[in-house]
Amino acid sequence: MAMKGTFIDNLPKVYGMYTGGFLVFIALMAFAESMGMSAEAIGIWFVTFTVFIYAYIGWMSRTMQVDAYYVAGREVPPVFNGMATGADWMSGASFVAMAGGIYMGGHPYLAFVVGWTGGYVLVAVLMAPYLRKFGCYTVPDFIGTRYGGNLARFLAVLVLIVASFTYVTAQINATGTIAAAVLQIPFELAVWIALGAILLCAMLGGMRAVTWTQVAQYIVLIIAYLVPVFWMSMKQGFGSFPQFEYGAAVAKLAELEVMHQVGVLKPVAAQAGLSALTVKHSVASSDPIAAFRFVTLVACMMMGTASLPHILMRYFTTPSVRDARRSVAWSLLFIFLLYFTAPALATLTKLQVLDPSLATSIIGKSIADVNALDWIVKWSNVGFLKIVDSNGDGILQINEFFMRGDIVVLATPEIAGLPAFISGLVAAGGLAAAMSTADGLLLAIANALSHDLYYKMIDPKADTKKRLIVARVLLIGIGAAGSAVASLRLTGILGSVAWAFDFAMSGLFFPLVLGVWWKRANRAGACAGMAVGLAVGSWYLYMVKWGGMAPWWGIDDLRFGIIGALASLIAMVVVTLMTAPPDAETQAMVDEIRVPKGKSVLDMSH
Amino acid sequence: MSSGDSQKDNHWHRTKGLMILHLSIWFIFSFVVHWFASNLNQITFFGWPLGFYMAAQGSLIVFVVQLFIFVKQQEKVDRECGVAED
Repeated sequence: MAMKGTFIDNLPKVYGMYTGGFLVFIALMAFAESMGMSAEAIGIWFVTFTVFIYAYIGWMSRTMQVDAYYVAGREVPPVFNGMATGADWMSGASFVAMAGGIYMGGHPYLAFVVGWTGGYVLVAVLMAPYLRKFGCYTVPDFIGTRYGGNLARFLAVLVLIVASFTYVTAQINATGTIAAAVLQIPFELAVWIALGAILLCAMLGGMRAVTWTQVAQYIVLIIAYLVPVFWMSMKQGFGSFPQFEYGAAVAKLAELEVMHQVGVLKPVAAQAGLSALTVKHSVASSDPIAAFRFVTLVACMMMGTASLPHILMRYFTTPSVRDARRSVAWSLLFIFLLYFTAPALATLTKLQVLDPSLATSIIGKSIADVNALDWIVKWSNVGFLKIVDSNGDGILQINEFFMRGDIVVLATPEIAGLPAFISGLVAAGGLAAAMSTADGLLLAIANALSHDLYYKMIDPKADTKKRLIVARVLLIGIGAAGSAVASLRLTGILGSVAWAFDFAMSGLFFPLVLGVWWKRANRAGACAGMAVGLAVGSWYLYMVKWGGMAPWWGIDDLRFGIIGALASLIAMVVVTLMTAPPDAETQAMVDEIRVPKGKSVLDMSH
Repeated sequence: MSSGDSQKDNHWHRTKGLMILHLSIWFIFSFVVHWFASNLNQITFFGWPLGFYMAAQGSLIVFVVQLFIFVKQQEKVDRECGVAED
């Protein structure tokens, strides 16, 4: 098929064909299943086919130009940048763990859903358009130029690395978990294969390659997330738009929870790493502490969103300031499609398990029958699920069924009795989500090191070729370090993801926001803000997690960013006011980034 | 002060106004609504307890709609103050 015009002109056509091709592939897999192909083989086909496409896009996008490598040539249209941001944003945690978290945790867990969407209001209103006008390559580039001096730049790089590295190990972990499950290989080996696939996408083309693979990954992950929910809903008679109609299912769950005594029956003995359902789905506690914990978690996730460099740098790739702003709105729309589906998925899956009028239900059934179900056998074998007949009556009670929340999304097609090719699709979607986020994060870290630390601070005379080679060597090095840490399995997927947000907001939120909105903010203040925020946040995390300190007002390790950011704000304001205002040139620069018109600030200074 | 500067001042003044407006809406739907989740749960909204609904969907819809409106408004401010690109 002949293409007229540039690649950018043909984007809708290219990705339209790609989406069509992917749908055809799904249909082929469905057909293969009906012809007797095994579920394992289908899973392997889904994973290898999609990874091959990402690697192909990565190869086609290879570049030796600095602009293309760091900011995708600043030519990504807003809608496509929105999709890429969606994939960049929605990690293994969002795809795999979020619905499971709602399933197990009920209303309190929805703080993640609210926080991880509302943060984009902050990004659009306070940051993205101004950073785009600035014209930087990396987030530390903005801090370093706005405040001046190597110390400010270095501290920004430090916060970026702490936050992003925490995050990327979780993504490599998630990629490895899925690869291990589908390819049936040991996890320790799977993380290195996962890293290879991730690097194939990012290494040759930098931001340009990551952008175009992320768009492809968004399409895979959103199809993979939505199809099972629509299917399950139609099967259960909750209408063809479950997201708008699952209210009845929530009401039904509330009745079933009374019947099964959810929250009344507690597990007799704890099972390591697994939990029984003890929280009612839609009940919100009237305890003010519970409300406080909800809103503080929301605040952490939102301010973290607005400080995470791998997200902010996506808005450096649009052609204009206006497009950067539009692109944030599109990003949120694309993210919303998954996030408003997650609670629907959690609700419908829980109904499958609890509702005795459905053939799929297991609670209240004979344990011998339940133990014979395929999905129970499969997930028990890998230790993600356990049935204990603690009262010895041979009937499964709510407090006798233990599982890991993380498996809900992956197991839903099996729980609901959907065909096996749907499970393969979901695995491909989870892989796309984890890989795309890992790509963005690795690139953010490697770019900060190569551009800010190496080029700006160590060797400003380095030529283009040398800069881009250094960038790639660092990318491989950081990736290897991430995989090595991931293979140690230090934390669960979600724990470390929340920490990344807390680290980012502790160190970067106020220096970034005030850099645009407070002209008086100066170098000493920003440095104090970053250093104190990061130090106090880390100290608080250490003390409540390992140091035996009781959390202050229920602010636990998931919310330590509240303490860090508060310390950062106080330090930044106090030190700024105690020292001289920034010089006239810097103040003029701030004036300049506040208006969309004109050349970017960095272009003028070159 | 040249007219260019006063135009820029006017632009920043209106931009700040928009910022305060949208962050107020954001604040209400991020924090205030969820602070009262257990009270809102007494109300049923198409089968959902309202507090649960707002966290699972309501606030999210507000954020999405709000951002598209914000984009339109900010572009209008940029245009009228003569600082839009092209």
